[in-house]
Amino acid sequence: MKLNGAQILVDCLKSEGVKHIFGYPGGAVLHIYDALDSCTTIDHVLVRHEQGAVHAADGYARTSGKCGVSLVTSGPGLTNAVTGIATAFTDSIPMVVISGQVPSAVIGSDAFQEVDAVGITRSCVKHNFLIKNADDLAETVKKAFYIATTGRPGPVLIDITKDATIAEIEYEGYPETIEMRSYQPKVQINTEQIAKAIAVIEKAQKPIIYSGGGSVIGNASEALTTLTRNTGFPITQTLMGLGAYPATDKQSLGMLGMHGTYESNMAMHDSDCIIAIGARFDDRITGNLEKFCPYAKIIHIDIDPSSVGKVVGVDVSVIGQVNDVLHALIQGLKGKTLSNIDTWWKQINEWRKVDSLAYKTTEGIIKPQTVVEMLYEVTNGEAIVTSDVGQHQMWAAQYYPFDKPRRWINSGGLGTMGFGLPAAMGAKLAEPDLEVACVTGDGSIQMMLQELSTMLQYHTPVKIINLNNGYLGMVRQWQEFFYEKRYAMSYMDALPDFVKLAESYGHIGIRVEKEADLKPALLEAFKQKDRTVFLDIITDPTENVFPMIPSGAGHHEMLLAGRDEMASTNDSGLNLV
Amino acid sequence: MRHIISIQLENESGALSRVAGLFSARGFNIESLTVATTNDPTLSRMTIVSVGNDDIIEQIVKQLNKLIDVVTVTDLTATEHIERELVLIKISIDNDTQAKVDTQLDAFNAKIIDAAEEAYIVELAGKSQKINDFINAFDADKIIEVSRTGVTGVCQKIES
Ligand SMILES: Cc1ncc(C[n+]2csc(CCOP(=O)(O)OP(=O)(O)O)c2C)c(N)n1
Ligand SMILES: [Mg+2]
Repeated sequence: MKLNGAQILVDCLKSEGVKHIFGYPGGAVLHIYDALDSCTTIDHVLVRHEQGAVHAADGYARTSGKCGVSLVTSGPGLTNAVTGIATAFTDSIPMVVISGQVPSAVIGSDAFQEVDAVGITRSCVKHNFLIKNADDLAETVKKAFYIATTGRPGPVLIDITKDATIAEIEYEGYPETIEMRSYQPKVQINTEQIAKAIAVIEKAQKPIIYSGGGSVIGNASEALTTLTRNTGFPITQTLMGLGAYPATDKQSLGMLGMHGTYESNMAMHDSDCIIAIGARFDDRITGNLEKFCPYAKIIHIDIDPSSVGKVVGVDVSVIGQVNDVLHALIQGLKGKTLSNIDTWWKQINEWRKVDSLAYKTTEGIIKPQTVVEMLYEVTNGEAIVTSDVGQHQMWAAQYYPFDKPRRWINSGGLGTMGFGLPAAMGAKLAEPDLEVACVTGDGSIQMMLQELSTMLQYHTPVKIINLNNGYLGMVRQWQEFFYEKRYAMSYMDALPDFVKLAESYGHIGIRVEKEADLKPALLEAFKQKDRTVFLDIITDPTENVFPMIPSGAGHHEMLLAGRDEMASTNDSGLNLV
Repeated sequence: MRHIISIQLENESGALSRVAGLFSARGFNIESLTVATTNDPTLSRMTIVSVGNDDIIEQIVKQLNKLIDVVTVTDLTATEHIERELVLIKISIDNDTQAKVDTQLDAFNAKIIDAAEEAYIVELAGKSQKINDFINAFDADKIIEVSRTGVTGVCQKIES
């Protein structure tokens, strides 16, 4: 069959099972858009900014577990997409981004809307391709999806020159399989390592499971739950891992790290056996490395060998798909007697009594924590919650206990303000029957505000919970603690009227200033099944996120709300961010 | 410690910059880098000399393996291996110095590949240390230009 490159590309995407593409047109991709127009099985979502396209594809991928797909034009289209690509890369999200490129004949001539897409994205993609020839399209698309979705997932960019989309060639169909000698994502689990891990687990007196984003991305929630229940061990989860193990279960200690719970961080610090599962010892988790888990033997389970030993030396590593490794562990532990850890649990329960997430309420002022707690109540803990970046993100993670994976969607690794709204749109398209709430802040929401327009066009009703504290709150908090309250550029004067703004985009806007109005407003918002509702909630501008491990401190040196004066940080602390 | 890392990678445009970019992005050090195609035209061989402690070298090897274009990564220094480097030196000569230069060339078994009236171009292959010694053997002000290839190497085991 003779087809042009654009038609071939669309057929490849169809064969790959792609249902949604998030994109924005331009000269270099017009042939592709022309071919997409007559395709009935793929819905294209026309965003208002390419960063929004990539975040939406990302939110779709995180929610559904499928590969997100995004399409942008050359030059500024691609550069606008880069933040989204880097966001997906840092959190290992499967994604294929297709970008147009100037005709191959003019590459390198500084042509109109030419940028070196492969060069610009090289360090924030799992892999990228430049296609100058229609003959290479089908195989490359197959490779791109294969690479993006296997092993440790990540975004793959396919940059296609305009002439490659125009050229007519004989198309032999989308390849069924692909072999790459340089990429072998399947790993055989090393049974010796499993045996070593079990030997360590058997001896553990103070064990803890530390689970990360890999348990969510690797669909290992069930196995993780079984392992945790079978062993009776306490479990703590990272910001990226929330939901893989039910947060409301009694073995769950909550999140760990900079804003983790007291019991999680203390248990990590005192533990003699840490089972790290799909987690990468990020600096927001470890705090000061010199003080990190001084007594523990560490077992590290990960798909990516380069994660092992990168930050923290480990005693036993098991490389493989998290789910497979967990099953092997569960199997291997059958019939083994583990140490009695009653004393350990007793100690943990003592730490729990500290109640590190307790916060003071003030008459007449809405506390952001209360908003999240009420959101939980109103949605029965069943909503998909996306967030932006800042204090509101931490409060959402702390006060909305997630019991299921893929319900908590946030930019944990890159910390990209602007992620929340387009991600919510992607999430809603992936799970139209679930409620989607975007917990955001007055700063973050303004970074991708234009997507409100897209959300109207494509009927993706989400509830926007704007924790409006009038500040770049997280920046203000750090300035309060570490810069002697010099609030340089963290206060935004001249905020827009978010209600009118929502209305002008065709949505419902509700402003909430009194605590008494909060619950009714939330109920009203979620009653509006088919509408996007923007709740502009005026919250305490001075509230800080606690508990907190200040930079340079260890897990056992947490600051608790209302109980500690914030010590000014030491030199090494100031070097950290 | 100094390590010689030998990489087989797909002979595709961009593969070199992926490797080079990895080293600069992650702050790994490169002492030298050589690359050329092998007898299999779809494969290139790249040899990198890097200095770092065991943890850093382990990360380098792991990160290289993660690159999609990379087929194999071997730390040659971990096994019996042969390493060689080639240097071309342009050295000025005159009636007073020629004899001395000639003896030095003989001592190192170096070859004159171009002899003009005022300068030689000489060639020597060997381990990096030998090349260093060779260069240092000349009066610095007589050396017009030095061009070294960087190290390449092979592992001595028969199967590879
Ligand atoms: C794109 C981007 N720019 C800057 C930052 C740095 N930053 C982190 S949190 C934050 C403040 C966010 O303010 P807001 O959205 O109002 O949330 P709040 O902390 O007040 O809840 C800033 C500026 C970032 N994470 N992302
Ligand atoms: Mg704010």
